Amino acid sequence: MTITEIVAPEPSGDENEVAAATPEFERAAKRAASRRGFLIALPAYFYLVLFFAIPLVIVMVYSFATRNRFGGTDLSGWNLDAYRKLSEPLVRDILFRSLWLALITTVICLIIAYPFSYYLATRTPTIRNVMLVFVMIPFWTNFLVRNYAWRVLLGTNGPVSKATDFVGLGDTRILFTPTAVVIGLVYGFLPFMILPLYASLERIDLGLVEASRDLYANGFQTFRRILLPLSMPGVIAGSILVFIPSLGAYVTPEILGGAKTTLLGSYIVTQFLTARNWPVGASLSFTLTVVMLFATILYFRKGGRTL
Amino acid sequence: MVERYESINSESTGMSGDTAKPRGTTKWLLSTNAILVYVFFYAPIILLLIFSFSDNRNVGTWGGFTLDWYREFAANEPIQDSIWISVKVALVSTGVSVVLGTMAALALERFRFRGDRVFDGLLYLPIIIPDVTMAVMMLLFFSQFLDLIDSVLGIQITKGFTTIAISHIAFSISFVSIVVRARLAGMDERLEEAALDLYATRWKTFRHITLPQIAPGVAGGALLALTLSLDDVVITQFVSGPGATTLPVYVFGLIRRGVTPLINSVSVLMLAASVLLVILSLLAQRTTGSKGPPADADTDDEPSRVGI
Amino acid sequence: MNDNPAASDTTVTAVGLRGITKRFGDVVAVDNIDLDIGDGEFFALLGPSGCGKTTTLRMIAGLEFPTQGSLKIFDHEVGTLPPNKRPVNTVFQNYALFPHLDINDNVGFGLRMQRVKKAEIKTRVGEALEMVKLSNMGERKPDQLSGGQQQRIALARALVNRPKVLLLDEPLGALDLKLRVEMQSELKTLQRELGISFVFVTHDQEEALTMSDRIGIMDQGQLLQVDPPEAIYERPVNRFVADFIGQTNLLEGNVESSDVVCLLNGARIPLDTGLAVGSSVSVILRPERATIGSRREIEPGQSAVDGVIRSITYLGNAIVYRVGLDWMEIDVREENLPHETRHEPGEEVTVSWDHGAVAVVEGQG
Repeated sequence: MTITEIVAPEPSGDENEVAAATPEFERAAKRAASRRGFLIALPAYFYLVLFFAIPLVIVMVYSFATRNRFGGTDLSGWNLDAYRKLSEPLVRDILFRSLWLALITTVICLIIAYPFSYYLATRTPTIRNVMLVFVMIPFWTNFLVRNYAWRVLLGTNGPVSKATDFVGLGDTRILFTPTAVVIGLVYGFLPFMILPLYASLERIDLGLVEASRDLYANGFQTFRRILLPLSMPGVIAGSILVFIPSLGAYVTPEILGGAKTTLLGSYIVTQFLTARNWPVGASLSFTLTVVMLFATILYFRKGGRTL
Repeated sequence: MVERYESINSESTGMSGDTAKPRGTTKWLLSTNAILVYVFFYAPIILLLIFSFSDNRNVGTWGGFTLDWYREFAANEPIQDSIWISVKVALVSTGVSVVLGTMAALALERFRFRGDRVFDGLLYLPIIIPDVTMAVMMLLFFSQFLDLIDSVLGIQITKGFTTIAISHIAFSISFVSIVVRARLAGMDERLEEAALDLYATRWKTFRHITLPQIAPGVAGGALLALTLSLDDVVITQFVSGPGATTLPVYVFGLIRRGVTPLINSVSVLMLAASVLLVILSLLAQRTTGSKGPPADADTDDEPSRVGI
Repeated sequence: MNDNPAASDTTVTAVGLRGITKRFGDVVAVDNIDLDIGDGEFFALLGPSGCGKTTTLRMIAGLEFPTQGSLKIFDHEVGTLPPNKRPVNTVFQNYALFPHLDINDNVGFGLRMQRVKKAEIKTRVGEALEMVKLSNMGERKPDQLSGGQQQRIALARALVNRPKVLLLDEPLGALDLKLRVEMQSELKTLQRELGISFVFVTHDQEEALTMSDRIGIMDQGQLLQVDPPEAIYERPVNRFVADFIGQTNLLEGNVESSDVVCLLNGARIPLDTGLAVGSSVSVILRPERATIGSRREIEPGQSAVDGVIRSITYLGNAIVYRVGLDWMEIDVREENLPHETRHEPGEEVTVSWDHGAVAVVEGQG
């Protein structure tokens, strides 16, 4: 597996001087390869330590700090006050609301994406590729714009409200409600569910479905006993890919949600930009990160490999 | 029976046999669902496009055709400035993160070195971490270190282009390296060994064999980095300074103050830029597609790999 | 362990291994091998997967460094040189043609890396393509060629560099049977014309037997026997080699006296083993060396055992009878000739063979 070390720059070196292999030489060659790997990794390694790891540590430090009277932060005198604040009703409500909305978003995405991905996987390769491209386009389209589009659609006297009025449901007001936020999140993250699901369904050997039918299973039993277990990695990957950004969402609730539907992301931002309570914002951010980390580790433990 | 099974199996990968295909009501439900998904995906975008030409102050109402909002956009200087910053940030952060990310992918996929596990974990973190946390991290970091750098090195960095670019690179490296790594892992390592056997030095092997082989992955990573940079609102908002911000952050600010038809026209142009990028990348993929490895990396798989 | 007069005395040694060992962590992949491959020899390394044959080849190529030992090519030590400094080239398993380069660039790659002049590259690539009879394919990409053509291009790409030794890693493994047989004779012809050593790795014993001048049999990192194909088949050094090469019945027994072996059922057969009295041995009886007939007395110069036919396998050109003896079952293969009488399952028969038709190895299973 190891590709060997280049000892001399020119091929015309005196062959008589070449030494026979020894364990020491083998070890030295291995060390040289390892050193080269480290050097290639070094620029990114250095960058990420400086501009990612250290900032992360700073957030952790701030989460144990105290807010002073002037809106600044005292780094001396570490305490857990900021974490205690997390159990206050206001913060707790926001936490639960965020979790709840992220969960609903994930489930809705799953319900829409599973049949869609299965349909996609059973098409001929040509049709499949065209369909995939049209899933990819919204995925690559600017996220802010996609959220804004719903703001236009759901607005007062907007197309949706007019449509519901027309069919006799009356002038619906969805904008600035949790429903609008969920619509925006589903719209934003549905491709994240479809792609891993499709990838895992597409890999399943159709012979298994045929074998299942041959062994007297009906359509539902085949789905329940064969397709679902085999596509579980895709289900888990998709769910995590939707759940994580939904839980930390900021742009969508800011544009489509109302004042009563403050979510975690917005609350953290407020702590920094307006309320100037950095320790509380830091402790919330840090908690959020730890939760996501556990979710991801759990996913990798379950054998998922696509991320 | 056995024969029939094998023949179907060898003809088609994936699920396209008759028994596996849904029929009757199931088929009807599935295709309806698929149509609805596409309507859901595209209706908002198309309506937004239509309303951007609407001569009505109320953004969701049709009031006859006009190009006024595009004219207003063309005359709006803060927007022009933010576009310029966006483009600069996107190009710089993409360039740097593609180089660093590709090197990181190469190191992790082809070498074992001390601390490689830690590095691997460190590379995954920016992907897992929510935008908001990342934003907080960069805000606190810069608030601590800009003064420090000023007093130690005498370099004055103000919040703006530099801080935005630094932050974007910090999360883009990871995405690039994951995409490139997938490509490297799918590449037959024997190709590199063959090059070494054919008198190529290590560098020439990389230059003539490895790089052309992973080029689609590098391009995919670059597109991802570009898109992420042009998409980002939260992190940029935290690290940008007064008068120096990107287009999305500027537009986000406008939206929060209240929607105006001007935002429609800006959005449509951002949309057009995104779609143009995708189309360009698809075209690029088509032309480089035939150069990729023939059998082991099937092209069907590629978009989803880039996506995830 | 094996002295190879053919290689060491009469010809120049192209590849010489002394005490070559390769460890991967705690696993000993190649265990203290000595081997001389003569110049102009077609040499096969044969063994089951994981036996260390590929690792040995990779060490000769330079893709792997030995943990210990001397590796010489034409008397020059190369054990610590990288692959691009060794005068050997490799035909890789599945060919490893560069997919993004056309055939001309693939074949010319090694020359370009050695900074050979453009005009010379062009002529030499042309010659190499002509040699493998694919002159008109230069502009194509590897994936536009069939498996057989790819394999020829891989050959051309290695040989264009005029290596002193050509290494081949399972070169025919990816081809279907008919093409494989065709390529076998082509490779052999090519090797004779070029006059350089070919060292190839295979797990296919038939391929090794038909193509090579000598075969080295490996198992678990050990080089068990190095001999020409005939000697390997006729005089295997141990049970593993006997069992690995061709079909074999191993009849176990003990050395009773200097020229008698007593089989496990008590049957005595005259056989000069050269082993100490009392050693446990296995008598190697190839299925095609035995004949089957109705119960009868042993003819002079023959050994025989009695048994009952258990089952019959019809192979078209031959018939294989499985014969149950008192203590084991053996296979006997008879040519499918028209005048030959067929035997039926359940029939009591005598299996006999000429004294000289069997070999013997030490040890029992």
